[in-house]
Amino acid sequence: MNTEFINVNPESIIDESQKLKFAGYHLIQQCATRVPDAYELIYTFGKDLEMKNLKMTLPEDQEISSITSIYPCAFIYENEMHDLFGVQIKMINIDYEGKLYRTAIETPFK
Amino acid sequence: MSTRSVIPFGPQHPVLPEPIHLDLVMEDEKVVEAIPSIGFIHRGLEKLVDKKDFNEMVYVAERICGICSLGHGLGYSEAVEHIMDIDVPSRAKYLRTIWSELSRVHSHLLWLGLLADAFGFESLYMECWRLREEALDMFEASTGGRVIFSVMKVGGIRRDVSDEMLKDFYQRINKMEEQLNTIAKPFLNDMAVQTRLRGVGVLTPEQADALGCAGPFLRASGIARDIRTTGYCAYGDVDFEPIISTEGDSYARTECRIKEIFQAFDIIRQCIDKMPAGDIDVPVKGMPNGEYVMRIEQPRGEAIYYVKANGSKFIDRMRVRTPTFANLSGLVETLKGCDLADVPILVLTIDPCISCTER
Repeated sequence: MNTEFINVNPESIIDESQKLKFAGYHLIQQCATRVPDAYELIYTFGKDLEMKNLKMTLPEDQEISSITSIYPCAFIYENEMHDLFGVQIKMINIDYEGKLYRTAIETPFK
Repeated sequence: MSTRSVIPFGPQHPVLPEPIHLDLVMEDEKVVEAIPSIGFIHRGLEKLVDKKDFNEMVYVAERICGICSLGHGLGYSEAVEHIMDIDVPSRAKYLRTIWSELSRVHSHLLWLGLLADAFGFESLYMECWRLREEALDMFEASTGGRVIFSVMKVGGIRRDVSDEMLKDFYQRINKMEEQLNTIAKPFLNDMAVQTRLRGVGVLTPEQADALGCAGPFLRASGIARDIRTTGYCAYGDVDFEPIISTEGDSYARTECRIKEIFQAFDIIRQCIDKMPAGDIDVPVKGMPNGEYVMRIEQPRGEAIYYVKANGSKFIDRMRVRTPTFANLSGLVETLKGCDLADVPILVLTIDPCISCTER
């Protein structure tokens, strides 16, 4: 099973997602991993049984654009990354503003 | 002109014991929009990578959910095995496949029972769950557990199954198949059931694909995407085709799941017939270092396991994307335009597993 990771810049995520959308890929998942002073983000896209993982490093104090304008279903993953890790994502189409998860402490995975 | 109002639905569901909340924007009796809300019982199990080593994390993965327990242990173990380049013995792969299909049987029968309960078909509900007990009995006999099995490990499995027990399973499967033939008839032929399901909550193939749906919810819309066809475990050695329906409505989802139970019986029989002899595990040397995205087909659909390891015994990240998480967007789409009375059934037709979602 192919599990290739493609490194991209956080600034180009809209363009990269657009290209994949035009190529017929659907969104499989988005996830964040904490690394020193930054987040490592992995966006996984699929077409039939093929899979592509876009990987990017986002500095802790930097925002990333939401891809919900291209993949509306991304709202759930992006709200999760925001609520658990504190990843700053702008322009999510359904923004729960930190209330998707009712956690005892704010951004517990940060 | 009709006025709009917002009805809070949940977090209690008429038949589901797990919490999910929907804000339903209504125009008279029609749902115009639905906004899902989860997070009532989020446990943060993924964070336990800080405290449990990569072997112990198998147990954590299994405890994500009581229905999909085996699949979670399997998906995590396979991801670590890919990172460590471990070749699991064939017998372990076949037994993993048998248990995975037994999980599908008991998960789908549980769902069918809940669906019958939602209609008010009490005895049909009991019949489904009585048949499900047979699958749980087989789990108990072979793994020692009925809910949490603790039989997976990195490098193979913890318990072997004797040939006598496999022969017994073969006969039990045949009996279950006969009983399922009887139980399936009301679901597929009863007029009242069809009235509640046909044409309700239709999701087109384009919508299902674009919204990233998974499992029977996706395949009922005519898309033949089944991760088992990638051939992980022993799926590459057995003959099967993804079960699909084309209508994309609630009836199609029911039909898909019923056919998948019959298919699971067939796959189990094939695995028993071809069961290789030999070891059930290999020694694991060293620590994992690298990252991998593993996909498996859980009963409710495609589940994703991302593991990132750093060469120490504690991994950096375990991320599980469950099928219910992927199907929430599809659920919101199917609810648009439906009657208020259909909402409980539609929520049920994605076969939601909130424990998985609130991992």
